[in-house]
Amino acid sequence: MSDFTRDYQMMLEAYQKADGNPAVFSDSKIAHLVIHKNQVIGSHLVPGLEVLPRETPEGIDLSIKVLPKTKIEYPVHLCFGVLPKEGLQVINLEAEIGEESQIILLAHCIFPNAIKVRHLMQAKILVKKKGYYSYNEVHFHGEDGGVEVVPKAKITLEEGALLETNFQLTKGRVGTLDIDYEVEAGKNSVVEMTAKAYGYGNDKIRIKEKCILRGEASRGIIKSRVAVKEEAESEVVSELSAYGPHSRGHVDCVEIIQEKGKARAVPIVEVFHESAKVTHEAAIGSVDKTQLETLMSRGLKQSEAIDLIIKGMLR
Amino acid sequence: MLKIEGLNLKIGEKLIINNISFEVSDGEIFGILGTNGAGKSSLSYALMGSAGYKPDAGKIIFNGMDITQKSMDERARLGITLAWQEPARFEGLSILDYVLLGSAQKGHTLAEAYLEQMRLVPSEYRSRQADKTLSGGERKKVELASVLAMKPKLAILDEPDSGVDMLSQEAVIHLIREIKGYGGSVILITHDEEVVKISDRAALMCSGLAFKIGSPAEIIDYYKEHCKPCPTKHYPSQEDRR
Repeated sequence: MSDFTRDYQMMLEAYQKADGNPAVFSDSKIAHLVIHKNQVIGSHLVPGLEVLPRETPEGIDLSIKVLPKTKIEYPVHLCFGVLPKEGLQVINLEAEIGEESQIILLAHCIFPNAIKVRHLMQAKILVKKKGYYSYNEVHFHGEDGGVEVVPKAKITLEEGALLETNFQLTKGRVGTLDIDYEVEAGKNSVVEMTAKAYGYGNDKIRIKEKCILRGEASRGIIKSRVAVKEEAESEVVSELSAYGPHSRGHVDCVEIIQEKGKARAVPIVEVFHESAKVTHEAAIGSVDKTQLETLMSRGLKQSEAIDLIIKGMLR
Repeated sequence: MLKIEGLNLKIGEKLIINNISFEVSDGEIFGILGTNGAGKSSLSYALMGSAGYKPDAGKIIFNGMDITQKSMDERARLGITLAWQEPARFEGLSILDYVLLGSAQKGHTLAEAYLEQMRLVPSEYRSRQADKTLSGGERKKVELASVLAMKPKLAILDEPDSGVDMLSQEAVIHLIREIKGYGGSVILITHDEEVVKISDRAALMCSGLAFKIGSPAEIIDYYKEHCKPCPTKHYPSQEDRR
């Protein structure tokens, strides 16, 4: 078996462990791309989707283009990973979603054996008029906590475009996570950003999500759910600025701490037009007492109730 | 079944429950009627063992066992549960799973049967969560379905009818009768004299005192005559307490 084939098999096995269904990689209707370190080790495209990968010494430059008026029917599966204990993976992603086009990306980032692995993503995304872009990133890490994940994205939405981002790092140790997403929303566009992470050990979580509601009647919601225990720390900075007339935004942040965990929430809400409105809610601290006691009044032990509440929040 | 002896509860300097004693028998529906702020919900939390509502004095005896120092989950595993007046919302917890949290039997078909009993159309709730997308009334009915599914020996129902639509009031009454039907007991907390009529016996609560215990008719008559014109402001006199 060649190194290439072996890496591919190992990536799929790790993908399966991360709750992914490896059958998607053999389904001709479903587009996919498997990247190990700086190599594309598997790919399949569907009509209307153009993907140009260019290997660099430390990763991949990736260009994704959805042609105008194209609906990619099935979610496109991306599988990024570093299997050895040490390594660096730098992904530079540039994506353009054509007018009235739509695509759903499911990215699985797999670092099961990491002791010293860095995964850096720099993304620049343009969603053209009435386009729809859904980016869902799920991480699967090992128990050593030796991963540094730094995803950064600048996303621009044209008129009537819709963006959904879901970032999830709830399996295995986080290590160090430093998310920095910024979205500029045009007229009548809609932004929904969700980030969920569970840190323990000495994990460090930093989530910065910024949404600028530039266009008239643009709407945005930034939602974050973080739990930290042992000596893990988290900081969530959610920034929502409303410039457009009649634009509407909401920040919703919940951080739960246990043991010696530390959590910080920084909601920044700004309004620059008299008809715009932005709201925020943040709950930070231990598990909600009413939730806890409601479950305990059904016979769950305190530890079981806490576990159920946190798992539900991060689901 | 349940015996409460001289229960006292202070929160800060305020006496919330003042030397309350009563008993509830197997299969009995025991109503507690009182105006807002009388201490009814505090009593329910103290009986369930909620943190912050630990009695300063007195005893709670359940089936011969002193449970005063037992935790909430230990009480629940003995067969006591509480239908919360304003039940908590949960992200990521499906309604069907919530309904069967305390049930020995599992299975979504069973959960759906309990929802149907509370006049909820199961197909509308299969993929939903017990979160803030539910209306107050819906959440309340899910709470009551969950209590019923647990088949408790003692169900403490805190204002079970509040927030529930008129058409579903009957389902609430049916639920109470069903618990009584299998020999379970119910403490029915309400400020509505119509609801308390279903009770076998009732107590009137005011300013932390359960100062009259009798038939629902007696309690309702007293409540109408004395409490309505003077809700909670009137501390019961020695004469009242007789």
